Amino acid sequence: MTSARADQIDYALQTESISKRFGAVRAVDELTLAIPRQGTTSIVGPNGSGKSTLVNLLSGVLPLDGGMIIIGDAGLRVVKAHETPSHGLTRTFQEVRLFDQITVWDNIMVVLTERGVFPALFERAKTATRRRAREILEQVGMWDKRDSLAQDLSYGQRKLVEIGRALAMNVNTYLMDEPFAGLFPQMIERVKAIMKQMRADGHTIVFISHNMEIVRELSDRIIVLDSGALLAAGDVEPVLNSDEVIEAYLGA
Amino acid sequence: MPVDMQRIRGLAARARNPREMVRQARSEAGRSNVELWANILVIGGAIAFMVWQGTGFAVIVGTVFAIWAILSVSLNLVVGFTGLLSVGHIGFFGVGAYTMAILTSNPEYEQLRTEAIPTFGWPFFAALPVCALLAGLAAIIVGIIFNRFRDDIFVLVSFGFAIISFNVFLNWRAVTRGAFGIHEIARPEIGDWRFDGDIEFLLLCLVFLAAVMLISWFAVSSSFGRVLTAIREDEQAIEVFGYQATHYKLVVWVISAMMAGIAGGLFSSWTTFIDPNSFILLESVLLVSIVILGGLATIWGSLLGAMAFVLLEEGMRFIPFLPTEYIGQARQVVLGILLVLLMLFRPQGLVGRYRL
Repeated sequence: MTSARADQIDYALQTESISKRFGAVRAVDELTLAIPRQGTTSIVGPNGSGKSTLVNLLSGVLPLDGGMIIIGDAGLRVVKAHETPSHGLTRTFQEVRLFDQITVWDNIMVVLTERGVFPALFERAKTATRRRAREILEQVGMWDKRDSLAQDLSYGQRKLVEIGRALAMNVNTYLMDEPFAGLFPQMIERVKAIMKQMRADGHTIVFISHNMEIVRELSDRIIVLDSGALLAAGDVEPVLNSDEVIEAYLGA
Repeated sequence: MPVDMQRIRGLAARARNPREMVRQARSEAGRSNVELWANILVIGGAIAFMVWQGTGFAVIVGTVFAIWAILSVSLNLVVGFTGLLSVGHIGFFGVGAYTMAILTSNPEYEQLRTEAIPTFGWPFFAALPVCALLAGLAAIIVGIIFNRFRDDIFVLVSFGFAIISFNVFLNWRAVTRGAFGIHEIARPEIGDWRFDGDIEFLLLCLVFLAAVMLISWFAVSSSFGRVLTAIREDEQAIEVFGYQATHYKLVVWVISAMMAGIAGGLFSSWTTFIDPNSFILLESVLLVSIVILGGLATIWGSLLGAMAFVLLEEGMRFIPFLPTEYIGQARQVVLGILLVLLMLFRPQGLVGRYRL
């Protein structure tokens, strides 16, 4: 029965027994999972369960030690970071990684322009590109801050710009590593609204969070990791209420 | 959820902010004034120098300035905009200089028999593009290797390149005549008109300086330039957004080296004699100092930095109690002190905005 269902579902992301070791630590251990296209999937798990490592592997920031990642139709044993956008994938970072000593405006513009070296050399910002950058900045509420250097923003503002930068990529799948961590309640509402909008626009969102309230509110599906392995996956409530998940979290 | 990590992180992030805000306010207030004074001081100093010394000497100093300025503007593309702290730039300058020397040195010049090198007797303007091309070619080879390194390791590797290139100039005697140097390097001529006068040569150098500044400006104000600054800030992150940082780094590296090759060609034609001592590591370090002095990632800053450096260097000849044989060392001491002060009080340089 499950296999028949699996054939019908269109997956945005799949992994086939992927592994990543740091010395003796198996951060991700023979992990196989599938994330359907569209909707919001959350990844939860205790600290050190391999959530961020998984996102780093999926986005090509860390090289795989073994296994295969399937993004859309492409099966990849080596994920090159600079090729992930062409597979329809982008991400945000847990420890916000903006381009600090350039302006907010340029932080957004830089992902909207030519990728090839020589076309870029002869490209000046087009009106359409500028308009798009403005839309993005207005969407995340950072238009007023466009001329500030990214390093001069507050933590929450930096998070918003980073989400904006991911939005500007305009791809199918967004990996968001702890988009809510360290934000004021007000900012959390803003990020939630943006993510709901992205979901309504038909994008696939995968996000990591420790805040179960938010996870319950936003997720269509949930993936629970523990010690680099899949503990549970599926609909939110049944998974969160299952004994093994409660045990992993409370250590009972 | 047991511990609310979000709240703790949020508090930590805010706790960092007050100091940041003070720093920001200080730099905002300080910027415009210091920049203005730096400009007035350096440009005013240059004009005063010209008036005081008369045009004859000023023209010579001006040529030195123009060559240093081409070098520092081109190096700033790599160091300031892309964040690759290269102390090997002098190597490409040397490749350009030796290319010009070998291609144009007078074939009738009586060479020492033991150190005879091939002579071609090309005119200056035919050789100059070759200077740029060979420097660019060297940069491609070196750059492909250098692309494997970043940050501190890159500095060390470029350091190695400066030393290796000097040793090649010194020891590849069949081509460079080693420590004997190459004489009778051609001055530029168009038809019957030779650029013999110093003013003509100065103008030629200034034309090339303008061209180098224009090309640099074109590059950094394009989408390409924006990507360079992003590479400087976070190379791994820009890769995630679909850019191959290594390609960008290689292209800017080669453009910069070609400019240095042009500067080298001008230099050896101007002096009409070169030996390896013009291409020692120290010159490279001085060059990086000029770029930092003027300000990272600003073309105008590099110009100002070169001007300040040349004024300092030449001005020291006129310190009455300083014996001439110490001038060379003294300028290094002064530049060293200046750099330390700069790093303490104005890490972004005279007119820059960015820090290393």
